[in-house]
Order: sequence, then structure tokens, then C-alpha cells
Amino acid sequence: MNFTNLIKVALKAIANNKFRSFLSMLGIIIGVAAVIIMMAIGQGSKESVRNTISQMGTNIIMIRPGADMRGGVRQDPSAMQTLKLEDYEAIRKEAKFITYVSPEVSSSGQCIYGANNTATSIYGENPDYLGIKQWTVEDGEMFTEEDIRKSAKVCVIGKTVADELFPNGGDPIGKTIRFKSIPFRVIGLLKSKGYNSFGMDQDNLIIAPYTTVMKRIQAQTYLNSINCSAITEELTEEAIEELTAILRTSHKLKEDADDDFTIRSQQEMMETMSSTMDTITIILVVAAAFSLLVAGIGIMNIMLVSVTERTKEIGLRMSVGARGIDISNQFLIESIMISITGGVLGICVGYLVTLICGSVFNLPTSIPMWSIVVSFIVCTIIGIGFGYFPARKAALMDPIEAIRYE
Amino acid sequence: MENDNKKVVIELNNVKRDFIVGSETVHALRGISFKIYEGEFVTIMGTSGSGKSTLLNQLGCLDTPSSGEYYLDGTSVRTMSKSQRARLRNRKIGFVFQNYNLLAKTTAVENVELPLMYNSDYNARQRREAAVAALEAVGLGNRLDHKSNQMSGGQMQRVAIARALVNNPAVILADEATGNLDTRTSFEMLVLFQKLHAEGRTIIFVTHNPEIAQYSSRNIMLRDGKIREDVINHNILSAAEALARLPLPQDD
Repeated sequence: MNFTNLIKVALKAIANNKFRSFLSMLGIIIGVAAVIIMMAIGQGSKESVRNTISQMGTNIIMIRPGADMRGGVRQDPSAMQTLKLEDYEAIRKEAKFITYVSPEVSSSGQCIYGANNTATSIYGENPDYLGIKQWTVEDGEMFTEEDIRKSAKVCVIGKTVADELFPNGGDPIGKTIRFKSIPFRVIGLLKSKGYNSFGMDQDNLIIAPYTTVMKRIQAQTYLNSINCSAITEELTEEAIEELTAILRTSHKLKEDADDDFTIRSQQEMMETMSSTMDTITIILVVAAAFSLLVAGIGIMNIMLVSVTERTKEIGLRMSVGARGIDISNQFLIESIMISITGGVLGICVGYLVTLICGSVFNLPTSIPMWSIVVSFIVCTIIGIGFGYFPARKAALMDPIEAIRYE
Repeated sequence: MENDNKKVVIELNNVKRDFIVGSETVHALRGISFKIYEGEFVTIMGTSGSGKSTLLNQLGCLDTPSSGEYYLDGTSVRTMSKSQRARLRNRKIGFVFQNYNLLAKTTAVENVELPLMYNSDYNARQRREAAVAALEAVGLGNRLDHKSNQMSGGQMQRVAIARALVNNPAVILADEATGNLDTRTSFEMLVLFQKLHAEGRTIIFVTHNPEIAQYSSRNIMLRDGKIREDVINHNILSAAEALARLPLPQDD
């Protein structure tokens, strides 16, 4: 029997048993929809995390004191004081793959203006910091190298700090606020970045010259970290190698000694985050895929019933000239059509539910094209796989017995 | 014999068929030999257990002999594979079954088209044309698109006969084709078979009803797997006349 005839016969058989065919399709519909939805949510969250990180700047490289492990015990990096201002100056002078570099000294504490106060963090930086973290000063201006040389008590503040300290919409520029009782004159207001996808308020910060924070607040000679930005995201690897070399020379480390600092790139972080999200997505999709497997078994069950029920028809077809292969093709095509139709409907349902999830529950979603293709292929495989056994059972029937079957 | 110059459609040569049931061997056919010529209307009769179903399966190429040779239209069937026999049935044989065996919820035309679905020489249009012609030949030209469940027993059997005709077979095999029908409809079927016979078709009619033998051209009697009697009927009765003599149903 040729392909067109097979399709006609299968369509007819499905139409003759509409409700039953729909029920066996339903399993596939639910299974495929579940897979599509899970993939969409997984992919959506992943993209949203990536966006957050790339908003922070994808070419950021962070240098922290201390190695990851020492003698098998993880050290508290902030307790280590291996990063010095000389390191920063060496990087600034020698590094070729770096656009911006800023030393960082940070502290948390209370900030007061008049009767208002707020808990925040102060970051001692240089003006490069804005370029590294992609901040812009919305109002006023950033402090200068001159301010750094003089350890000037000036700062720029984030929107949250401004809102907390100046609740009535007063202009913070030019006002003097106190952080840990040290007065700072506000010279700039940062443009708001809002919350990131980890739920952190990115606007709750004060940026001041690093010299000021080192001398007047922390009274420390070491740096908490050094932030750099590579020329481009692609050159991050080279930049890390270069930085490692510079720091090892600057720290006079011997050939076989371990690094006493850790360099992390935002790219690396992004990959770690992505792979975590991938793992979660895989777990979700595997769970959904099991429902597809169950749906396939459902199809096989129905096809077996259908084969037994149609024994007489099979006998008749064989006596008028159907070969075993014609009969098995007939049932295979039928089960493939059920599973593919179910698959297509499942993709539509999955797509709709994803849209609803996205707009009603505000979930980040994104349907990867390949998930649709994969669902489609999987449905075809299910149709063939679970249709094979019933089809074979039909093909092996003896026409003499089949035609007399009651 | 008067058939000597006619073409042999079926030739059985000492055909035996044994079945093994448990530890015993049942000899269903114990050496059957006969020839059927083109244009004959043969009834094969016998009580149940006489081997007539087994013989029918042999003639219909649904089964192969344990020993002996069976030639259908000159081809030996014994050594054929299942697929080869399926093809042979498709091209050379038209089956008519006792219980019609039409496809459910399917129109008359589609039912008749069925054998041609398995013949790649026919396209959709040729298939329909052949089916319509076959239905017209059995007097159902006005019921082409009636579904099987909207038809009477007689009409269903006519569709089944049309299906047996559609591939223009070498032989039509009817298995108790009037068994499920009332007397009047049975005679209508016999009229149809006699008409086909008159048109030169070869028909083999398997039945346990001795009455039918009077309307065929030859009668083979089976008993215990052997031929007991094989006689030419020189005095073929007309089914049409018999039908005319039947009292009309009261409620008609």
C-alpha cells in the first residue's frame, strides 16, 4: 500500500474512534506541553540571570587577596592582606588588556543626614569604577584624581541612599552626610540600576575616593580587592593571564609557589550561574519527559486494544491481499499520527501556557526553537517505538484465524 | 471431458493437509485432486469436519499444502512465501464471506476499493472507477455512498460480491455466501452468481446446503478429507425462476 493510502486509512481509523484517539493524544499533549513549559521557564530564568550579570558588565575581572584553598582549609579572603596599592599601580602601569582598573576598599555602616539614617556600604574606588561597573552619574559629577590625591571627603551616592536620607525629595548635591561619623560632601547622584535578579538592591551604596576610605574610615594599608575591566569580553582570558603574571612579579612569588590572590571574571560567574540554571532545567525537563514516556505507554495500550478489536478487519485486509508489512505500516502510521498530532497540539498548549505564565505571573520565559524541534522528533520516535509492538502483533496474525475471529 | 479445450484455472494434485493437535496428527485433507476450468460454477459440499474449510483455505492461498501441488492459474502455490501469496490473492482471487466482512462505518465504494488499495497499478481515480463499475454490476449503482451499517444483509453481501469482482480475479471463492441470508435474499444472491457465471466468471461456492448444488454447473462432495463425488450438473436450475416462484413476503 502506498503512503497516501496509508495516511487515508490511518485518518479514517482515528476518525472512527475520535474520543479514544483524543484520550491517547491527551497524554502526549500534556507531556509535550510540560516539556515546553519547563524548558521555557528554565531558559527564561537563565537569560534573565545572564542579563543581570551582563548589565553589571561582562568584561569585569575581580582580584581578591588569598588563594582559594590553603592547606585544605578555605581562608577568609578579607582577613588576608596580600593586595596592596603597589599591585594596583603595577597593573595600571603594565597591563595592556585592561581598560579600567580600580582598587577597592569597602566598609558597611550607618549613614546619617540630619534626622535620617540608613544602613549602607561605602566603596573606596577611583573614577575608573564607573566605567567598570557601568554606572553613570545622573546628577552632579564624579570625584577626580585630584580628590584621590588629597583624600578629599567627597562621595557620590546611589538612589536608595539618597531616598533614605532625603525623603522629601531634597537635592542631596552639596549636602554633607556622615558615614561612621566621618563627614562626606555629596557631589554626585548615581543613575538607578534597581534590583538585580538575585534580589539585591544595587542602588544602596556610597562611592568615595579609595584614599579617603583607607585612611579616614578603615585605617588600613591593604586593599579588599581590585576590579578591572578587560578591553573586550573575548580578551578576558588573556587579561587574566597578564594580571596573574603582573601580580606574581609584584608579590615576588617563586616559580613553584601558589598564587596568593584569586582572579575571577564575570564571565566565569556567568558560566557557573548558567550551568546551575541548566542543571535545574534538565531536572525539570526530565520530570516532564517521564510523562511523555507514560503517554507513549498509553498509546501502546490503546493500539494493542485496537489491534485485537480489529482482528477481523486485519483478517479481511490480509485475504484481499495485504501483506504483513502493509498491516504493520497501517498501525504504525496510525500511532505516529496520534503522537505527532498530540505533539503539535502539545506545542501549541505549551506555547500558550508559557505566554500566560509570562504575562500573568511575570515569570521570565523564553521558548527555545530547538525545544519545539526536539519535542516533534521525540513524538515521532514515541509513535514508532510504542506503535511497533502492536503493529507487529497485527502483522503476524494468521489470516485464516483472524477472519473468523468473533 | 467436455472441458478439455478450456483453460485450467485451478489444479489440485494429491493435496494433503495435516494438522498436529497435541500429540495427534489430524489428516484434514487426504489427497485431493481435481481441475477447475475457466467459466465453471462449482459447489463444494460436505458436512462439518469433511475438510471443506481446509480445502477453501488451500484454494484461497491462505494456507499451503503439507504435500501435493496446487496450481492457481498455472502458478505453484506450495512454495510461495506469505507475501507472495498475499499478492497472488490480491490479483487472482475474490473472496465472499458468510458474514460479509465489510469495514465498519465505511461506504460501499470504499469497501469495494479495498483490494485495489493493495495494488499499486491503480491510482485513486482508477480505483473509484473500478469500484463503481463493480457495484453497478451487482445492482448497487444507486447506493455507492451508503455506509455498511445503513444497508440490509442482502445489500451488504452484494457489496462483498462487488469487492470480490473488483480486481477481476481468476476465481471467485464464496464461503457459505448465503448462510446468513433469508431464503428470498439467498435466491437473489444465487441469481447474481448465475449471472456472473453466465458472463464467464469462474466461481467456487463452498456450502453445506445441498439445495445450492442444483444451481451450479458442477458439484464436488467431500467426506473425511477425500472427494466422494465429483459430478457435472447437466440440468442447471434457474435461480431467477425459483425466486419468482417464491411467495411474496406478507408485509412487502
